[in-house]
Amino acid sequence: MSGDFQVKSDPELWEKLGMDVARFSGMPTMLTNAYKSIFLSQKGRPAAMAYFDGMVENIHTGRIHEIMAVKESGKPVIGTFCVYVPEELIVAAGGVCVGLCGGAQGSIADAEKVLPRNICPMVKSAFGFKVGKICPYFQAVDLVYGETTCDAKKKTWELLDRYVPTHVMEIPQMKRERDKRLWVEEVKDFKTAVDKISGTETDFDAIAAAIKTINAKRASLQRLNSLRHHNPSPISGKDMLLIEQIAFYDEPVRFAEKVHELCDELDQRISAGVAVAPATTPRIMVSGTPMALPNWKLHHIIESSGAVVVNEESCIGTRYYKDLIDEGATGVEEQLERLTERYMKIDCSCFTPNDDRIDQVLKEYQDAGAEGIIDYCLQFCHTYNIEAVKLREACESRGIPFMAIETDYSPDDVGQLQTRVEAFIEQIRG
Amino acid sequence: MQIGIDLGSRTIKTVALKDGSILHRRVVESGFEPHLQARQFLDRHPTARIVATGYGRHLLQQHAELEVITEIKAHALGARHMFPQCRTILDVGGQDCKVIQLNESGRVMNFQMNDKCAAGTGRFLEMMAVSLGYGLEAFGKAAAQAEVETPINSMCAVFAESEVISLKNRGVPPAEIARSVHLAVASRLSAMVAKGGCGDHVVFTGGVANNQTLVQLLERALGVPLLVPADPSIIGALGAALHARA
Repeated sequence: MSGDFQVKSDPELWEKLGMDVARFSGMPTMLTNAYKSIFLSQKGRPAAMAYFDGMVENIHTGRIHEIMAVKESGKPVIGTFCVYVPEELIVAAGGVCVGLCGGAQGSIADAEKVLPRNICPMVKSAFGFKVGKICPYFQAVDLVYGETTCDAKKKTWELLDRYVPTHVMEIPQMKRERDKRLWVEEVKDFKTAVDKISGTETDFDAIAAAIKTINAKRASLQRLNSLRHHNPSPISGKDMLLIEQIAFYDEPVRFAEKVHELCDELDQRISAGVAVAPATTPRIMVSGTPMALPNWKLHHIIESSGAVVVNEESCIGTRYYKDLIDEGATGVEEQLERLTERYMKIDCSCFTPNDDRIDQVLKEYQDAGAEGIIDYCLQFCHTYNIEAVKLREACESRGIPFMAIETDYSPDDVGQLQTRVEAFIEQIRG
Repeated sequence: MQIGIDLGSRTIKTVALKDGSILHRRVVESGFEPHLQARQFLDRHPTARIVATGYGRHLLQQHAELEVITEIKAHALGARHMFPQCRTILDVGGQDCKVIQLNESGRVMNFQMNDKCAAGTGRFLEMMAVSLGYGLEAFGKAAAQAEVETPINSMCAVFAESEVISLKNRGVPPAEIARSVHLAVASRLSAMVAKGGCGDHVVFTGGVANNQTLVQLLERALGVPLLVPADPSIIGALGAALHARA
């Protein structure tokens, strides 16, 4: 596999999308090399990972063609940056919801020509991808649907709107009844904006079908995560993270099918005692801020240091799939309310109070059979950074080894991080 | 014989142990290709059990048959060996600073380490000394002699340097600025120690612990005396050597 793997190029398509083709043309080789060294060098990967490898090969080509076909049929293609934006309503309109690029160091210099330096690397990276015209997904979308989950994003949307139409959904910061009323109104506005692109109003049946589709996608990830918790681990943390990232750009029905195929293989692996690491390998859970593709930095450090990552309590992780929407609604109004209730369960640190998240982290720690938690905070993400104080207290009072790290996408702190991760593993081993 | 080798950002420290006592200790500049320097030394002791630590540990492991442990574990072992009651270790080296908390039996329970920022490290002190025209030793001594304390606000090495320059240009005597730099470092390090809750047995290791002025200012800030080993820079190498016994 490793020898054949090649992230594909399609300069003609990129030209059509208005990308900076000259600059982007080096990207597939870079990604190919990184992917080979980080993923394909792993031993004992499940065979069903081949599909996900293929999704990486086609990330700038095949999948873009599929998305453009949907767009050309008049259906909405909407880019998002947050698990609070309800993708069900895009799928209901026959469209595509795609989580946009924002996980690479390479686009940050583009962003810093406009944005201040001291803000979140994910926001800068995303903005840079658009400004530099080096993300085919960004070029393909009709519009970006932003939200108000942090100050950096909220204010960046105002500037991003100059490059791509950017709508903003207000996400409240508390979860009281009056906040829920606002939230439902925001969901309705979102539906209106989506429907406007296709020119038809999505009805009850379309929404019900879309809810089923996305519930099924989330349920497939739930199944995968629970199999992955088995000790010894049947799949690496890096592969799991990759699948969680692909969940944001793949076609949802096919994705769920492929995840189930992988799950079936993991079931067999578990019965046959096949694992990617021995049962004595230290098991680390990662919590905190999202890891947008191709941000594999922390997982790679952890798994290269002799541990295995057994859970991601993250937006690209369990926050995305732990809750499903109640499918019992009998009218559109009620559907939107049930949908909102599901989204309100997501425990992002932008909410106050947010003690549910502490309980959730502890629960996932138990479920995953983890032996320590590394809390991952993107630089300048104040809400997660401050919430780590409570998380540390909760862990320390229960004797759970806990380490908080704050980092960005640049490689310059890899040496220090490696030392800290190794020392944390030594601490777990005792 | 057991050999511990600590490949730090500025120096390579080696400690050789036999039957629990130190046979040999050595501190040399890392220079370029630190692993080759280390390799030369190791080749002279082909039968020794060797453990490496420090930034260059993985590089050395590619070139020699040995085990590696992190600086955190190495300092815990070394400090505990010198001071059996030790529960907190402050280690300040050339490139990083760390605080390590141990339980009663010496197991690492928690640790903090600076991220990629150089604030509070030996490198920071060095840069400030250079910008004031002092050698490292004279820098500490000058700081001890100053009578007035002018606060320095910035702990970023880059910003602090401009702050130092602006103090110079306001006519503040260099000894006073030197003292301010020491105070700023002491305040940052003591906050790091206090965050983990320091007991009475705090051991200060790493090359920066040779700076008497900083030791005094830290003691003042923490309100406890610091236990400083006779040769604080070799504690990591000592810990590695002790690990080689196990």
